[in-house]
Amino acid sequence: MSGFGGFVLRRALGTAVTLLAISVIIYVVFYATPGNVAQITCGPRCSPVQVRQVAEQLHLGDPLYVRYWHFLEGILAGQDYSTGTSVQHCPAPCLGLSYQTDQQVTRLILTKLPVSLSLVFGAMVVWLVLGVGTGVLSAWRRGRLSERVLTGVTLAGTATPVFVIGLILMIVVCGQLELLPFPQYVNFSDDPEQWAWNLLLPWLSLALVEAAAFARLTRSSMLETLAEDHIRTFRAYGVGERSIIGRHAVRGALASIIALNANTFGSAVGGAVLTETLFGLPGIGQELVHAVNVVDLPVVVGMVLVIGFFVVIANAVADVLYAVADRRVVLA
Amino acid sequence: MSDSSPTPSTIASAAPSPASAPASSPASGPASSQASPAAPLVEVSDLVVDFGDLRAVDGLSFRLEKGAALGLVGESGSGKSTVASALLALHRGTGARVGGTVGVAGIDVQRASDDELRRLRGGKAAMVFQDPLSSLDPYYAVGDQIAEVYRVHTKASRRAARARAVRVLDRVGIPDAARRSRSRPHEFSGGMRQRALIAMALACEPELLIADEPTTALDVTVQAQILDLLHTLRQETGTGLLLVTHDVGVAAESVDEILVMRHGRAVEHGPVAAVLGAPREPYTRELLGAVPRLDTPRAVKRTRYEIGAGPDAGDGSGDGGIGPGGGARPVANGAGPDRGARPAGDDGPAGGTGSLAGTDRVGERGPAGETGQVGGVRSGDVVLEAVGLRREFGRGKQRFAAVDDVSLSVRRGETLGIVGESGSGKTTLGRMLVGLLEPTSGVVRHEGREQSGVRPSVQMVFQDPVSSLNPRRSVGESIADPLRARGMGVPPLGRSREWGRDEGHIRGRVRELLERVGLEGAHYDRYPHEFSGGQRQRVGIARALAAEPHAIVCDEPVSALDVTTQAQVVALLGELQRELGLALVFVAHDLAVVRQVSDRVAVMRRGRLVEYGPADEVYESPRDPYTRQLLAAVPALDPEIAARRRAERKKLSPA
Repeated sequence: MSGFGGFVLRRALGTAVTLLAISVIIYVVFYATPGNVAQITCGPRCSPVQVRQVAEQLHLGDPLYVRYWHFLEGILAGQDYSTGTSVQHCPAPCLGLSYQTDQQVTRLILTKLPVSLSLVFGAMVVWLVLGVGTGVLSAWRRGRLSERVLTGVTLAGTATPVFVIGLILMIVVCGQLELLPFPQYVNFSDDPEQWAWNLLLPWLSLALVEAAAFARLTRSSMLETLAEDHIRTFRAYGVGERSIIGRHAVRGALASIIALNANTFGSAVGGAVLTETLFGLPGIGQELVHAVNVVDLPVVVGMVLVIGFFVVIANAVADVLYAVADRRVVLA
Repeated sequence: MSDSSPTPSTIASAAPSPASAPASSPASGPASSQASPAAPLVEVSDLVVDFGDLRAVDGLSFRLEKGAALGLVGESGSGKSTVASALLALHRGTGARVGGTVGVAGIDVQRASDDELRRLRGGKAAMVFQDPLSSLDPYYAVGDQIAEVYRVHTKASRRAARARAVRVLDRVGIPDAARRSRSRPHEFSGGMRQRALIAMALACEPELLIADEPTTALDVTVQAQILDLLHTLRQETGTGLLLVTHDVGVAAESVDEILVMRHGRAVEHGPVAAVLGAPREPYTRELLGAVPRLDTPRAVKRTRYEIGAGPDAGDGSGDGGIGPGGGARPVANGAGPDRGARPAGDDGPAGGTGSLAGTDRVGERGPAGETGQVGGVRSGDVVLEAVGLRREFGRGKQRFAAVDDVSLSVRRGETLGIVGESGSGKTTLGRMLVGLLEPTSGVVRHEGREQSGVRPSVQMVFQDPVSSLNPRRSVGESIADPLRARGMGVPPLGRSREWGRDEGHIRGRVRELLERVGLEGAHYDRYPHEFSGGQRQRVGIARALAAEPHAIVCDEPVSALDVTTQAQVVALLGELQRELGLALVFVAHDLAVVRQVSDRVAVMRRGRLVEYGPADEVYESPRDPYTRQLLAAVPALDPEIAARRRAERKKLSPA
């Protein structure tokens, strides 16, 4: 198991390095662009005095690496912002200050993040169950009518945009059948039951779109595993098809499912804009689109960093799970 | 060690009991006859298996009595493995058409229901597959996999099945079985994996063991251990054995009867001693003649081969029945249509210890067309020399020396054989000699000059002719590469009009080379997949010759080939050597092949040379105990010698 501990440690170090590299790239892309960065950051209605203040806050007079260092220092140790009259303290993971709304970016994100995570975690459970389930079923029934029907349904799922699925679901479930009220976000801490009921449709619509990819991947990698020699061994030893599929073939498909799940999860945290907008969920994706529209640079940078963080972390977790699923990975 | 393990005698008494009689008795002729007490364990009649248009098995019939052992022997494509699969109806649901009747342990396999089949598979007849690594699920512990199979057939509790798994693993000689049963397959060595597969087969005390090339992926010493294990198990449990193998020696060691197969049909069938000692059929004689023997010195052996030249004639026999040209004709000992019919070793200048090779042949115009250059090197000169070679791999704690302090030399016209088991460092050594790999310390000298990196004068022929040729380029292009690399075909500056002429020159040269290795010049534009294994290896040899080398290092050049093809390729190498005065380094794991080709032999173990000297000396009076162990492990064609060797092995290995 010491080999495994070492493996996890190496992966953690690699993740930290990746995160650092991402922060450098994001900083350079957004803050080292030509044009008056202070003016853009501050917003169109800023007075020249305010713009000068912002320029000072962002250390725009210093060389790039010093500026980046201050940016990183802010994230790791916190920072103080003076807005002329008062001084604001921005605690440790300080992603900066939105000069347009006079709001700390970290606080803004913290209000949006639970919404996005609620949506994505719930949807993940649904797409895994639906996608992997469908994949296993169609690998099992390969070549038969039921498999073709399943393949058709999953294909239709990928082909239909989320706002169509979501809209149809809302019209049917909430409008016609009146089974559920039209979704409205409720905090988990306020009322867990209402939280779940209200998120049910968003979960379903987001998951239906993603599930198709999982179904296809599961099916193809299971069929690949089923063609391998060790499956032949178990067939030759009278092991039943149910056990061959459920125990041996699924296990072979696990690694690629984990990998795909990490990517899907990571990108959905910031990328589920359509679902969030359709169901009026005040999540990260919606806020990011808004910040981009009004060119609120600190908010955009902070959000992009957080989204990158989730993608990287999701992949690191996947790597470790990967190694749990297949110990040979640790040796490599 | 577990105390409650069933004694061999209980297994033995269980096996021959007529428990199988009531299983199923369909009304058909052969099946109903199985219900009688004297029913054979296996009865196959008129078995036909078709894969699409390809007939893999064509009207095969045989019986196997309870407790007896039959060997199905044949070259690749002969249909022997298909027969093994048919015994367990493994073709069911795959699209293969199976005809005739197959009875195993009283069950009519063709008509059995899926449930009956499941009970048969693993319960009454268990299969041991060739590649033990891919034949076990990489994700589960070995013991769990055996327990799973056991539970399918016995309804035992999880715990009891696990205990059973440990018992059978112990039974097949896995040390510390309780602990090792929790390991996954990749943590086992090749031999241990094969033992684990045999343990799985034994778990349910089957009446029949079907072993499909059970030792092909293993080293000789491990192969000997596995064959000995099968032998002991059979003696103790009375299990019947159907052994499928391409290796006549392996069959001779393990079975009572041999059935030689070719193109899906039985060629010859009878007791081992009769078939191997006095074969009646020409094909059997050809097959046996091609098997390299450990006890035949090179000079004598060489005269037995002629060059099997014609591309379709020679190698087609290897893959006959598979390729588009399916059902290629048998080839009576080579003798190609137009070239190379010269007896290979008639006045064999390279015979004996042969360091004075081929002087008289130097003047003969080879396809190299530059005999002058070849002749420039004096006969008997050292062409390739290694001094104190060492190569390390890995970092930190994992650092190890794959080759450690190896010094050797090869002379013009001489063949040096390098033998060793997997992991002995022989391939690493070969690559360093060619310059593909830089030594950690020590030097390689070509004709007295210290060299690093690849030089045209030393070329390599690789083991796997499939993967060592680019599948997307025609074989002619592949052979032309070394010519282009040397500047042939590149127009001199400002004279691009000569390009066309030089291209023509290259094509002409490649044609010459193709014809020289027994292919047709017109094959220039064909792609590797259109060739059989032996033909591809000829292409590999032609590519090596293109650079007009003085020395060729062959890394397992024939180990992927059938014996008859193998003999032809070996003969071709020998002929080229005599004609061109080449120095050959022949790296192989097969001791008999190495003896057949080598003047001198180096035996490697764990990166070191344990023995190095003239071939006859090394083989006839080996000094090193490891060499002795290796030689004792080689299967003998004569069952009596095999039995004697088995006894010798018991003495040599303390375990």
